[in-house]
Amino acid sequence: MDPRRKRKLRLVVALSAAILLAGALIYTSFSASTQASTPSDLLANAEPGRSYELTGEVADGSVDKRGEQLRFEVRDREGKATIPVTYEGVVPDPFREGREVIVSGTLEKGTFVAERDSLITKCPSKFTTKDDKST
Amino acid sequence: MAGVGSACLLVGLLTAVYAAGASLYGARTGNRAAVVSGRRAIYCMAGLMIAATVILQSAFLRSDFAYKLVAEGSSTDTPTFYKFTAMWATQSGSLLLWALLMSIFSSAVLFLTRRSLRQIAPWATAVLAVIAAFFLSLMVGWENPFATLANPPVEGAGLNPLLRHPAMMIHPPMLYTGYVGFSIPFAFAIGALIVRQTGADWIRATRKFALIAWTFLGTGIMLGALWSYSELGWGGYWAWDPVENASLMPWLVGTAFIHSIMVQEKRGMLKIWNVSLVIATFVLALLGTFLVRSGILDSIHAFGASTIGKQFLVFIGLVIAGSTALVVSRLDDLRSKARLDSLMSREAFFLLNNLVLVGLCVVIFWGTFFPLISEALSGTEASVGPPWFNRLTTPLALVLVALAAIGPVLPWRRASGRGMARAFRVPLAIAAATLVGLLLLTDAADSPPSLAMFCLVALVIAVVVQEVIRGATARRIVSGDPWPRALVGLVTRNRRRYGGYLVHAGIAVLFLGVAASSAFLDQRDVRVSPGDSFRAGGYDITYERATASLGSDTAGTGAPISFGAVLTARRGDKVETLRPKRNFYPSQDPATGAIGRFFEGEATSEVDVRWGLRRDLWAAIRPDIGELEPAIREANAKFGGSGDKVQTLVIAAIVERYRNQPPPANFRVIDSPLVSWIWIGGAIVLLGALIAIWPSPETRLRRVTSIYAARLGKELSRA
Repeated sequence: MDPRRKRKLRLVVALSAAILLAGALIYTSFSASTQASTPSDLLANAEPGRSYELTGEVADGSVDKRGEQLRFEVRDREGKATIPVTYEGVVPDPFREGREVIVSGTLEKGTFVAERDSLITKCPSKFTTKDDKST
Repeated sequence: MAGVGSACLLVGLLTAVYAAGASLYGARTGNRAAVVSGRRAIYCMAGLMIAATVILQSAFLRSDFAYKLVAEGSSTDTPTFYKFTAMWATQSGSLLLWALLMSIFSSAVLFLTRRSLRQIAPWATAVLAVIAAFFLSLMVGWENPFATLANPPVEGAGLNPLLRHPAMMIHPPMLYTGYVGFSIPFAFAIGALIVRQTGADWIRATRKFALIAWTFLGTGIMLGALWSYSELGWGGYWAWDPVENASLMPWLVGTAFIHSIMVQEKRGMLKIWNVSLVIATFVLALLGTFLVRSGILDSIHAFGASTIGKQFLVFIGLVIAGSTALVVSRLDDLRSKARLDSLMSREAFFLLNNLVLVGLCVVIFWGTFFPLISEALSGTEASVGPPWFNRLTTPLALVLVALAAIGPVLPWRRASGRGMARAFRVPLAIAAATLVGLLLLTDAADSPPSLAMFCLVALVIAVVVQEVIRGATARRIVSGDPWPRALVGLVTRNRRRYGGYLVHAGIAVLFLGVAASSAFLDQRDVRVSPGDSFRAGGYDITYERATASLGSDTAGTGAPISFGAVLTARRGDKVETLRPKRNFYPSQDPATGAIGRFFEGEATSEVDVRWGLRRDLWAAIRPDIGELEPAIREANAKFGGSGDKVQTLVIAAIVERYRNQPPPANFRVIDSPLVSWIWIGGAIVLLGALIAIWPSPETRLRRVTSIYAARLGKELSRA
């Protein structure tokens, strides 16, 4: 094969590999992703059976641990809408009332049933709680 | 002293601006005095940053709560070791750390290149000064680490308990050193582009800095993983968290860079690619800092909303736009005459390894920023989880390890079939034997990707061992040295080469640990009472008894209370005892009550791990202190106003009660095979990198002789 054709062939192979990767990237990421929703989003338009990522703050005075099951409510960062959550599995260390959390699961009859071990807590910006409330 | 610190920053900013101005003036007019002055201004800036850091650290060490940073991030009862680390747990403190490292690195490289690269160095100085000025202006304008409080509190808030782990002492400085280190090759690449000296000179001058940065960044990532494994109570070492990804991306592209610059040095090819890689590495390093500091993506590292996200974004945008414009305007100078001769050559495999590394980076970038991408495209914020990352990165990682086995033994330009057969006969046989052995003796076939990885790991190690043996044999024949001396001589004479081999072997060992522990770990989450038993992996585990202690935390984290358990784990006739604990730190919230605040504050897992070469047994406990709540409430009401001594006694009584009537506790126990090899592999990589970085006797000799030659020339011209 003459060198020019060889180079062209290589370019075509490389480009198609890149396109393939990009396609796989786009396709898999959209099909595997879960939507992040705030409680008010979820209350307004949740399809039953679809998986969501619920994000918001843990409402004050809502945390209740019954045996294996942890119950708490997630509140909008700004606003009042709350959703009760039932959760089982590992609770991250920084989990507290007033902290921001992300948890995945489905909405069933007004209660967010979380997948096992899906709870993520954001690190507190400061060790104090006073500052967090004033801002 | 806070005033002096602020002044250091302000003067530092002015110095950086002056350094940029003087270097630019010197570069444009050829005025050497201005260039020298600009360089010295950078040294001066380094001095100012050291002074500022010393002032801040001494405030931390003596717990001077007039400093806002000290009051928020430290306390008198924070152990001294962690007082020292508290500086970079805060936003403005970590900016100061960045500026400090930046100025020291810049000074070092400018000192070392003061007699060479006369054209490029002034421009590079200006670039480095501008980067330093950016970080200094962030501190001067928005986030002053020397901010003071008008009414200093008597006690500070203390360091976030999660950060009280030895690895956290060195993890952030390591990462930052890596991030900052990559700004050196970046600055020299920009300088080289501006003066159109696109040969390999800038690479030779800064190669070592790129390697140092790569080593630090890699070590920082490893320490972060180790911290995650042994401090965060979930038992994993990598979670594809945005901030983890942000540190991995510049490392991957940096890895590509230190491979592909060899092609430019040897063959004068890939020039555009190399400058693009170094620009991308630096931009990704900035992006890493931005991600940690901006809170733009949901992450466990998102340390609250930040005031400097916008500034970072603008700066990153300027860097990208400026560098891209520069590269495009210099395309003619960057074209190389050499062509790829054959696909079976070392340069072709370097290029392939580069594509895979960059591909990995693209995948991780896409996944990390997917929430923003999907919001932009479809209006809803969605994210991809670890399974997505694992699925896409596993095949790329397999290819990468395969390339690590093949690349180093291929010759430049073109490989012959005979040479290939000679190089791979034995290693391929070993890899095949590994495959057969694993299929016959283990259940590794349950996970095909892991099985493939095991074989590739065997291939890499076999290739490296074979190369070392061949080299040492050749040296023995030539020099007549005994084996050990031949080996040492071989490595010291070719540090880059054999350091690189060792890095490859280390990476292979690391992947062995990753492949085994990710596919074959056994994890159990249970809730049991004392006396109960359960099974986790190959172990029979019994919850023997509860433990509770007051003021005697053995790990030195300063936690007053910890609840834990004694577990015995039986495997065959081997019995081990594990003592996982959970530390409770007092809350600063008055609503929790005088007694309650000791139980309702932060709590962190003190994981217990039986480290082993074959398997780790990992255990964490989450005690259920719900049953203590009535007692705590009662104590709050009765003893809320009592003196310290009485309160201590009451707390001791509650702690005692947990020990005597323990409620059921939640445990996570993981039986994880070969996970220790991740850390061992990381250590091997570090060793190999150090060997490659260490100055070789030849270069030292060359430097000395060139100085003598210069002196001789001077004398002769005078005579």
